[in-house]
Amino acid sequence: MDKILTASLEWVDTRFPLTKMWNEHLAQYYAPKNFNMWYYFGSLALVLLVLQIFTGIFLAVNYKPDATMAFASVEHIMRDIDYGWLIRYMHSTGASFFFIVIYLHMFRALLYGSYKKPRELLWIIGMFIYACLMAESFLGYLLPWGQMSFWGAQVIISLFGAIPYVGEDLAVWIRGDYVIGDATLNRFFVYHVVLVPILLLALAAVHIIALHEVGSNNPDGIEIKKNKDPKTGIPLDGIPFHPYYTVKDIVGVTVFLILFCTVIFYAPEMGGYFLEHNNFFPADPMKTPEHIEPSWYFTPFYAILRAVPDKFLGVIAMGASIVVLFFLPWLDRSPVKSIRYKGWIFKMALGLFIVSFFGLAYLGMQPSTPIKTNFAQIFTIMYFAFFLLMPWYSKIDKTKPVPERVTD
Amino acid sequence: MSSTANVAGTKNTAEIQDKSKRRFLVAATAGVGAVGAGFAAVPFVMSLRPSAKTQAAGAPVEIDISKMEMGQLLIVEWRGKPVWIVRRTENSLADLPSLNSKLSDPDSEVTSQQPDYAKNPARAIKPEYLVVIGICTHLGCSPTYIKKGAAAGNDIDDDWKGGFFCPCHGSKFDLAGRVYQGVPAPTNLVVPPYIYLSNTRILVGADSSKGVA
Repeated sequence: MDKILTASLEWVDTRFPLTKMWNEHLAQYYAPKNFNMWYYFGSLALVLLVLQIFTGIFLAVNYKPDATMAFASVEHIMRDIDYGWLIRYMHSTGASFFFIVIYLHMFRALLYGSYKKPRELLWIIGMFIYACLMAESFLGYLLPWGQMSFWGAQVIISLFGAIPYVGEDLAVWIRGDYVIGDATLNRFFVYHVVLVPILLLALAAVHIIALHEVGSNNPDGIEIKKNKDPKTGIPLDGIPFHPYYTVKDIVGVTVFLILFCTVIFYAPEMGGYFLEHNNFFPADPMKTPEHIEPSWYFTPFYAILRAVPDKFLGVIAMGASIVVLFFLPWLDRSPVKSIRYKGWIFKMALGLFIVSFFGLAYLGMQPSTPIKTNFAQIFTIMYFAFFLLMPWYSKIDKTKPVPERVTD
Repeated sequence: MSSTANVAGTKNTAEIQDKSKRRFLVAATAGVGAVGAGFAAVPFVMSLRPSAKTQAAGAPVEIDISKMEMGQLLIVEWRGKPVWIVRRTENSLADLPSLNSKLSDPDSEVTSQQPDYAKNPARAIKPEYLVVIGICTHLGCSPTYIKKGAAAGNDIDDDWKGGFFCPCHGSKFDLAGRVYQGVPAPTNLVVPPYIYLSNTRILVGADSSKGVA
């Protein structure tokens, strides 16, 4: 039996670099030995990508992208299809968990300076993945054709209308109609199930290739490739990804699935945060709900939009709040990567950034009042100050000496 | 062709000449390819525009206003958008000029927001009936009608004279659809083209000057 397997593998290997790829990316990919909890979220993001595509395929089997049938077809999935409710809740809960995991994954990079040289491009590819993910969830949110679907899309597409001169024509081109309608729903369905998933898969592959080229960062922010065994050329602080980290990641996936299933079975709507109450009413183009808010994962940026009392500048500020993240590798002038060796100024700045992010996230869910708008303005300034003042405060910050080898 | 000359020339100059020629050919090929791709993109980009059927849709809508009471709001769908008709009281109309200092465009100077015949203090053909598209000029939500003296009005303005409040981003409009200052909406609500067919019937989507809009 073994002989047949070995012979088959050889047969494949002479025709396709299977063993070579296995070694390059798993068995002989040396990752730092000091990974901690924060390093679960990359593999969890991959698990969620697969899960969303898998459940999405089964939903698309019964969904109808037609303005007159969409809302009813989702209810049909929920009530009449065997286990339809489960598949739908897996997909809707999966969307929220995807963002939780991605935000933690990005925060890890912020903590340990994973975006710094030589991982700038890795970070930028990751930001493109994040942008695609936002597009994907926005497109998908229209599909149930509820009140929130309709008015959320109406607001977001109207953002393009704020662009001078071409804005209105661009918004019409995106909608395929003068208002959100059947044409919009049909094309959003196609973008959601074909176009963006292809981009996401391709970008995820590029992200991993780039990661394995430069090697993983670690909580100490030390380049393990600087200390190699002179005989083997293997980093002294590196261990093969497989089996060490594949096994570790299985533990992470198990814990994740426990949490994930708990939400699916006991709180799939999460009190209106994962599936908003207003979205259980069919879309009505004549009436905006009393209070509309985007999905929780967009609320920080939505709060920034609302904080600026000018249509065009508000859209610019919201766009800038995402774009500024792309430049992070060049904003951070600190000589060290990891927060472990950064000084109190960076730690304080990061603390204030966390406060502003959660503050904005909360305010984005609330109806706007003058006092809340004032708070949103303060948090918006804090948010941008974290990035725009970084070249200055990261330079004057007093850092600690970085050890030669990773610590335990 | 000069390639025969290259063979005859020294090796060095031949290499240099070949490279510049190659660069030219690469640039020319890329340029032609880009132009071709540009032309090929046209049908795909155009296919995403509103279809001929969509463009032809949007026939005028006739509305009977004979049964409207004072202060009542009537919502009618025209081209997929809500059109509001409000029957304004003498008091509300008298309140309008007093608000001018709080508004961005009290005299309806932005011409795109109303036909010429609605560029007047009441923004209407007949002051009693306001006809506007009920879509906020900020990001397209449909504002809520809040009457003068309603409890909700106190939260919006200390001296609320009645009007429209957008729940999405807090834009405020008076009873002529004029936008307040300091709110995200940049312009007044749009007055659609309309005509009176009789004293009690309005046709939205058409007017006497241009016919069917």
